[in-house]
Amino acid sequence: MDLDLSAPHSMGTTIIGVTYNGGVVLGADSRTSTGVYVANRASDKITQLTDNVYVCRSGSAADSQIVSDYVRYFLHQHTIQLGQPATVKVSANLVRLLSYSNKNMLQTGLIVGGWDKYEGGKIYGIPLGGTIIEQPFAIGGSGSSYLYGFFDQAWKEGMTKDEAEQLVVKAVSLAIARDGASGGVVRTVIINSEGVTRNFYPGDKLPLWHEELEPQNSLLDILNASSPEPMNI
Amino acid sequence: MSNSGIDVPPKGGFSFDLCRRNDMLAKKGVQPPSSFRKTGTTIVGLVFQDGVILGADTRATEGPIVCDKNCEKIHYMAPNIYCCGAGTAADTEAVTDMVSSQLQLHRYHTGRESRVVTALTLLKKHLFNYQGHVQAALVLGGVDVTGPHLHTIYPHGSTDTLPFATMGSGSLAAMSVFESKYREGLTRDEGITIVVEAICSGIFNDLGSGSNVDVCVLTKGHKEYLRNHLLPNPRTFVNPKGFTFPKKIEVLLTKITPLKEKVEVIEGGDAMEE
Repeated sequence: MDLDLSAPHSMGTTIIGVTYNGGVVLGADSRTSTGVYVANRASDKITQLTDNVYVCRSGSAADSQIVSDYVRYFLHQHTIQLGQPATVKVSANLVRLLSYSNKNMLQTGLIVGGWDKYEGGKIYGIPLGGTIIEQPFAIGGSGSSYLYGFFDQAWKEGMTKDEAEQLVVKAVSLAIARDGASGGVVRTVIINSEGVTRNFYPGDKLPLWHEELEPQNSLLDILNASSPEPMNI
Repeated sequence: MSNSGIDVPPKGGFSFDLCRRNDMLAKKGVQPPSSFRKTGTTIVGLVFQDGVILGADTRATEGPIVCDKNCEKIHYMAPNIYCCGAGTAADTEAVTDMVSSQLQLHRYHTGRESRVVTALTLLKKHLFNYQGHVQAALVLGGVDVTGPHLHTIYPHGSTDTLPFATMGSGSLAAMSVFESKYREGLTRDEGITIVVEAICSGIFNDLGSGSNVDVCVLTKGHKEYLRNHLLPNPRTFVNPKGFTFPKKIEVLLTKITPLKEKVEVIEGGDAMEE
């Protein structure tokens, strides 16, 4: 396959945002790809908008960086004019306004998450096209396709901070195992009333999810393995 | 293209109209355009303990032809910031010159040394506005009051901040050297050795890169631009006889004009008087 190094950078990605009782946990992988080449294996897809609101970026690297830069700038002005920290709802709506008005030119899916004193921890998903939807948890990026069933089964209301973070790390590592466009390390950001905590899980510490495959030494082992019993009706 | 008044819905599958046009043109003797202008280059940057080291090869290509065997790919942005450029040569020159003058004006305006993130934002805004049509892939490095910085900027306007970076057609060859040899806290000499190895691996393994190695070392308050730091491709087999005219031609006049001026500096001499 031809290596097209001038292809636009996309972050085939896995991004996740999860609420728990007391705040939110945002998680992402760290792979930025140009076609089939990994341009950055340690990128940071969780970007700060304000002290208490962060956004997970997916899709075109350039588009998502520009949108988050503009929203950070607008929120900074808004915070000065308001005289107090911006709420998560306002941040998410600013992102939505930019995404929706420029929907023909942008290709980026974002998850805005944060904590404010009025509503507590909130997650807003803003996919391609610019809808805004407030959700108890949100997933996005190419790797998210593999996580819908997992979350239906594993997510529950009222988790603790550690449970929520473990869930996010497990989910990202599952998506990395199946999605070629996700990889590298897992970064998480926990936002609550006490502040913001950034965590980092290097790639070699994550579970591989390959336990079901027994390593085979040679063809002889496979051939000598006994054949199964004939079925009895 | 049909002349019928009824709108025919397009048939599925491939459309070979342009192939028929190309055949028709070839029959008339029109040459198809030769190979694309492959923009070959290997440019790298790495952060070491005191600052940033940038490296580049020196080959400029026009299709299959090397049009400049010793071009400069490390561009000046500010006294403490340099930028390597890969891609269309005109685009990288123009965009780095433009941002360099914007930085100069900004320095006059603020009275302070330029910061690398300022150059980064100016470049990324410009490239994003042109949606990737300005084909400039840059490695921007410098040292300012906040410390050493190294960024890569892609033609569509996205940026990455990394401890080591490579760009251009030889980027894969150079990245393989970095991935095996880079570690944090390198000294200046170790850093230069690794950068030179990475550029050499691009020069010898990538057809779009070649000739010499340029290196630029940036530290706090000091810069060293090592132009042609290494010349691994010297011109060998120079004919010792020089150029000789074929036998029948009579030489009437010989005039040799040196292309490089020789300037003699005389120490001392008379003081200037009014």
